Amino acid sequence: MNLDVNNWSLTLAFLLVMIALWIGYREKLGIDREIIIGVIRAVIQLFVVGYLLKYIFRVNNVILTLTMLLIIIFNASWNAQKRSNGMSNALTISFIAILTSTGITLGVLILSGAIKLIPSQVIPISGMIASNSMVAIGLCYRSMNTQFRDQRQSVLERLALGGTIRDASIGILRESIKTGMSPTIDSAKTVGIVSLPGMMSGLIFAGVDPVHAIKYQIMVTFMLLSATSVGSVMACYLAYRSFYNERKQLKDLAGDD
Amino acid sequence: METILQLKNVGYRVQENQILNGISLVVNSQEYLTITGPSGSGKSTLLRIIASLLTASEGEILFQGKNIANLDPIQYRRQVSYCFQQPMLFGKTVADNLDFPFQIRQTTPDIAKQKAALKVVGLPETYLTKRITELSGGEKQRVAMIRNIMYVPDVLLLDEVTVGLDEENKRIVNELIEHFHKDHHVTILSITHDAAELNQASRLLTITKGRLEEAK
Repeated sequence: MNLDVNNWSLTLAFLLVMIALWIGYREKLGIDREIIIGVIRAVIQLFVVGYLLKYIFRVNNVILTLTMLLIIIFNASWNAQKRSNGMSNALTISFIAILTSTGITLGVLILSGAIKLIPSQVIPISGMIASNSMVAIGLCYRSMNTQFRDQRQSVLERLALGGTIRDASIGILRESIKTGMSPTIDSAKTVGIVSLPGMMSGLIFAGVDPVHAIKYQIMVTFMLLSATSVGSVMACYLAYRSFYNERKQLKDLAGDD
Repeated sequence: METILQLKNVGYRVQENQILNGISLVVNSQEYLTITGPSGSGKSTLLRIIASLLTASEGEILFQGKNIANLDPIQYRRQVSYCFQQPMLFGKTVADNLDFPFQIRQTTPDIAKQKAALKVVGLPETYLTKRITELSGGEKQRVAMIRNIMYVPDVLLLDEVTVGLDEENKRIVNELIEHFHKDHHVTILSITHDAAELNQASRLLTITKGRLEEAK
């Protein structure tokens, strides 16, 4: 198996981008500029990260590895909070949730011996965990925003009856956590049937026996379930308070006669 | 008779829009107070401020002599209970709703008490397991009302609770309110447009353009 994509092959593969551009142009989608920016960003980011990882793997320094992990977690938190629609403390909440979900999941994987505490294993796995937590938390935020708007009266009635803000929000919290976890559960159900995911495909590409490759994929499935559940639960439980003020009133409530 | 609620110069505004202005009011314990006024005059807003679901922009509200801003809002709302105009029931069954007051107090639902309450509003005890989607508008309001009084509050704030109900349902709801007012000494603040209810009012107040006036 030749694992070295030469530059000529890569240039020819650029034709695939041309297909996307041609479709965009022909169908008047107005996304040509977006596609070009996306492609340029992807190429630059991947080159930078390629050289950066090569350096980090070579020096194998704990502080450098931890710094890289924190950068990954911060970037994931930054992207997750964009979905919060102005929720207060969304960046801090996202950071705590992603840090915890990555920490717990990574800790279990290392302690169980599934992966080794070396940069070439810890960094890619952390990236997978953080990005899945990021998507889950983003979905949680969106779901909470929609539900607190649509179920406003139901929340108010629970408050009016003397319920705590947790009593008033519990249904919304459960639904939002479920929403955050559902893509991971769905993909766990279809893994191998619909998709051969990145981890497994990569190992097969590298010449690993598919029977060994699936073991890693099983590990990935387990770790993503843990990561998205921990991330969703933490983000939802930390974020729901921001829908209330210090008098335990639902925010932005105008009286309607 | 001792004062249970006192509003001192209460105002409420949303940005530039002044919804309530200089509202002062003394409500005595066990009083039955009726409030009326045109749509958009700020009646519901006033009741929601008293219920601590909204905070007044100006002035203060005293409950049993204490400023409600210094009271725990959760405990306060259990004593000063707000009933919605068109209530929304929770969960799937009537029991899900009548269990809620017990759940928030971390106690086991008292089924005998729930059945007795259903009887008071003319609903059979088999209704406990009835799905909320199968209830009529009047039945929903009756279930919502007994949800508020499963633990008897000191004050009931009623936001046009009989609006849209037929005569029979109106009568049942009003009898329930009267029963809790007379027999359990609950103070009532009720918003209404209903002519019959306005005629029977012992103390009537009107709100016009955010200002409150004694009418009777």
